[in-house]
Parts: sequence; structure tokens; C-alpha cells
Amino acid sequence: MVLVAAGQGFWGDDLDAPRRQVEGGPVDYLMLDYLAEVTMSILQKQKERDPSLGYARDFIGAVESVLPAVLDRGVKVIANAGGVNPPACAAAVKVAAEKSGAKGRLRIGVVIGDDLLDRLDDLIAAGHSLTNMETGEPLSTVRDRVLSANAYIGSAPIVEALKGGANIVITGRSTDTALTMAPLRYEFDWGAKSWDQLAAGIVAGHIIECGAQCSGGNCMYDWRSIPDLANVGYPLVEARRDGTFVVTKHPNTGGRVSIPTIAEQLVYEMGDPHSYITPDVIADFTTIRLAEDGENRVLVSGIKGTPPTDKLKVSVAYRAGFKAVGTLVYAWPDALDKAQAADRILRERLDRLGLKFEHILSEFVGATATHGPLAGDQHNAPEVQLRFGVRDTDRAAVERFTREIAPLVLNGPPGVTGFAGGRPKVEEIVAYWPALIDKAVVNTKVDIIQ
Amino acid sequence: MRIRLLDIAHARSGDKGDTANVGVIALEPRWYEVLEKFVTQKRVAEHFRGMIEGNVERYELPNLKALNFLLHGALDGGGTLSLKTDAQGKVYSTALLRMVIEVPDAEAKRLRLPAAK
Repeated sequence: MVLVAAGQGFWGDDLDAPRRQVEGGPVDYLMLDYLAEVTMSILQKQKERDPSLGYARDFIGAVESVLPAVLDRGVKVIANAGGVNPPACAAAVKVAAEKSGAKGRLRIGVVIGDDLLDRLDDLIAAGHSLTNMETGEPLSTVRDRVLSANAYIGSAPIVEALKGGANIVITGRSTDTALTMAPLRYEFDWGAKSWDQLAAGIVAGHIIECGAQCSGGNCMYDWRSIPDLANVGYPLVEARRDGTFVVTKHPNTGGRVSIPTIAEQLVYEMGDPHSYITPDVIADFTTIRLAEDGENRVLVSGIKGTPPTDKLKVSVAYRAGFKAVGTLVYAWPDALDKAQAADRILRERLDRLGLKFEHILSEFVGATATHGPLAGDQHNAPEVQLRFGVRDTDRAAVERFTREIAPLVLNGPPGVTGFAGGRPKVEEIVAYWPALIDKAVVNTKVDIIQ
Repeated sequence: MRIRLLDIAHARSGDKGDTANVGVIALEPRWYEVLEKFVTQKRVAEHFRGMIEGNVERYELPNLKALNFLLHGALDGGGTLSLKTDAQGKVYSTALLRMVIEVPDAEAKRLRLPAAK
């Protein structure tokens, strides 16, 4: 049996969770997922400002907090914390580990090759159009605004790093699920065509990649009865060679692992359940069997997989203009009517100023922002927040808009408050461009640093 | 009998670009057949009319007693382009659970479905 613990579900997750995961009970691998679609572009911006950055800096603290377990108990850490600069991340880990007296005791495996930014023009020239999977546009449309471009890579380079004796593996844009599947593939020596086992590893990865979201966090099912979320236990996978596994959590932790908590996570961000496509295998989520296996234990079995495609998904981030969102709160009576009146007045003022925007969206938080007309009559709401957003490529226009919110406090409808935060901030938008590329042109490489 | 989805199912939603997905799971395994029969692609498209710009797709997962709906054009452009509060579609799940379906009385009684209040 191999134990894989999830310690981070995204960059910004509970900083103390990795430590709790290695100290709470036996663990073989600690898996930390830091990357979401937008994260790569934020990291790319940081790298532009300082070439020694571009990775998830939280990871350095996480490694420090689990170092005793790595050194004394042989726990191995696998993380996609490298972002757009895995070598710099590895260098920073090395410095931190040496400060903590671990000099010469770490072998850091660094996976590179997912970063396609410097190769983009050559790839486009060679006929790889990197067409947007959603809109069908070729990448050349936004080429001059591209910030980062990374292929989602699979388990193979992580397995290679583990074979090379790494006890910390740092990747860039590997798939979230590969971080969990790779150590299982390595430990159980699953072949590259053991489709069912590989698919099981992917499903295990999908279940724990969002951390506590499978162990009671954000769980709708009987949410009031979920105990002690303040001390929520992050998930653990107890995997077996045949591809079956149990999802559980350490004893004496809060939260819950049950069929409903796992089922909710399984459907999270799901597309076609018959084909969950990864670089290693296509997993069929309609074959997953769940069974209770004692308190806070769910047995997962039956998973079928089929061979993957010859493409990899590529995540391109590009500059897509600017946005700002301003808010004002209107109180009862007639809160919604007043907020709607303010919305009309604001739109008219922006018109009179000659300001044109690519997009304007007004929402009425407390009334219709999330459920729209389904929310029913909200004219008696105790308060409604007008949330007014604009987006455009012209920064100056967006900037000008931010000056138009505050005046409404004195020269608009009555019963208004909640403007203490000051003027809205203008934010540059880095948008996400999903594309596919031939697997054959993406070459990963593993370096082992002592 | 009128049945509210909130009383017979739980759900979680997320995003992929400008598409929101909503996975709906029966609270009791025996109620999955009600979801399958009455919470159709067409019914869900009507439910979200005016809230989403694209079409709706439905997938069945009888193994999890769940349906998965893809709501295209649901997120005001999605990701960082979106100006919506719910840019990642996190609470489309709860919006779907507002749905009220009409189940024949005999069937509702056989399955011991709770009536909508």
C-alpha cells in the first residue's frame, strides 16, 4: 500500500496543511498542487520583474515545515510549485533546506520542458497554429500579447525523477492529477499501457487535487453536520497495486470523508464523464464505484481507462485589456429599485462622458447576482449592493470610470452606504487561451540537484 | 406532486472557460431515476434561460447517481475576462437546485419523495 497525502489545493491554500498532513499519521508522499489556469500568468509577470522568481513561493515555507518528515521518515514531496521557473524554485528550496541543516540530504528532481514560450514562433512557423479550443481563432490573433505558454505534461517525467532518487520533485505545468498518479505508477511499476491502473491513479488525483474539497470543505451534503472544519483533515489516498484505493484523512481531524463528499468532488469541473482526458490515459468516470469502508473511509474501485490522444493541452496566457469593478450598497426601503436607478444614472453619465467599453456588467448583490431571475421578487430586500464592472483595452477609459462611483453617494439615489473602500482599482486582465499541440514536439527533461 | 430539487439532490459546480458545469447527485440512490427522467437537458435549458448564452449538455453517471450538466456561455466570458461575481460558476449548483419538477403522484409516493413546501 502507498499513502499519498494532499497538502495544497491551490496557490493560496492553508499554509499549515502540508505540515499537518505529514505529522498527523503515516504518509509516503506529500502532493502539493499550486497551479490554476490564471496562476501561470501571474507567475510569468513576477518572472519578468525578477528572473529569479516565477514559482509558487509558498512552497518554500511548505518544504521547511515538512523537512523533518522528509529527512527522518523518508516522506517524498511532489509539487507543481515550479510554475514558469522550476529551476529557480529548486534553487530556492536548496537554499532554504541548507539553512535548516539539510545540506547534502535532499535530492531535488526538477522537471522542465513544459514551457513553450521561447519556442512559440518556431512552433507557429512549423504549422502548429495553437488554435483556441473554444473560439477556433489561431494564436497569431494574440501572439504579440502572449505572456506564457505551457503544455500540460503527464506522469512520465515525475516517475523518472523518482527513479533518479529524488525526494522532492518540482514540476512546472504538469497536470494536477499526474502529481498523485506518478508516485503510484512508480511504486507499483505500472506499465505505460496499464490503462485501468493509470486511470485509477488519475481519479485518485482528481479526488484529492483540491485538498479539503473532498473531505468536508465546500460540501453541500448535510453541511451543518460536518464536524470541526476549523481543524479540517486534508485527504489521504491509500492506494493498492491493483488500482483500487481508499480515500481517508488522519485521525483526530475535522471534516468528513463519505460517499457524498467524494461524489461532489468527482463531479467538480467535469466535462464529458466518459472521457476525462490526460496526457497518460483517458479515464472513464462512469466506471467509478464508491463504497463506504468504515468511518471517514471510502473505497474507490472499478475504474476503466483507455489510451490517450496524441495531443497535449496547452495553456497560453495573454494580455487582454483592463477591468475595474465598483460597488455601492443601498438599504431598505426600495433597496433594489435604488440600486437599479443608480445603475441607470451611472450608465448615462459614462455615455455623456463619451466613454465606450468593450463590456459593462451590472449586478445586484443580495438580489439577483448569482441566481438571476430564479431568485424571485427581491423588492423588499434589506440591502442590495450595486456591483458595476467595466472592461476595455483602453486603460485610461477604465481609469476614468473608477472616478464615477463615489459621486453617486451625494448626487444619486438615497439610502446609500458601503463606499469606504475607496476608488475601485484598475486591474490588467491576463486571459487564458486553451489549445492543443502534438505530443511529439514537447520534450520534458529531468535534472536532479543534490 | 411538485418536487424541489434541493430536497432530493445535492450538487457542486465549477468552470472550464466560459462553460459552467453542474453535477447533481441524488440524496437517496433510489431518487436517481427521478433526476434522470425529469431533469432533462431541455428542462435545464429552460430553467437557465436568460442567464446563459449557449446551449446545455447533459451526461449521465448512474454509478454516482448523478447527472452532469454543461452550461455553455454561462460565465460572462469566463476566467479573468468575466466581470461576474460568480466568474467561476461556483454557485450555479445552488441555482439549479431551485428547480421544481412535477412528478406523478403514484411515482412520488412509491419513491417516498418529499413534496415541495
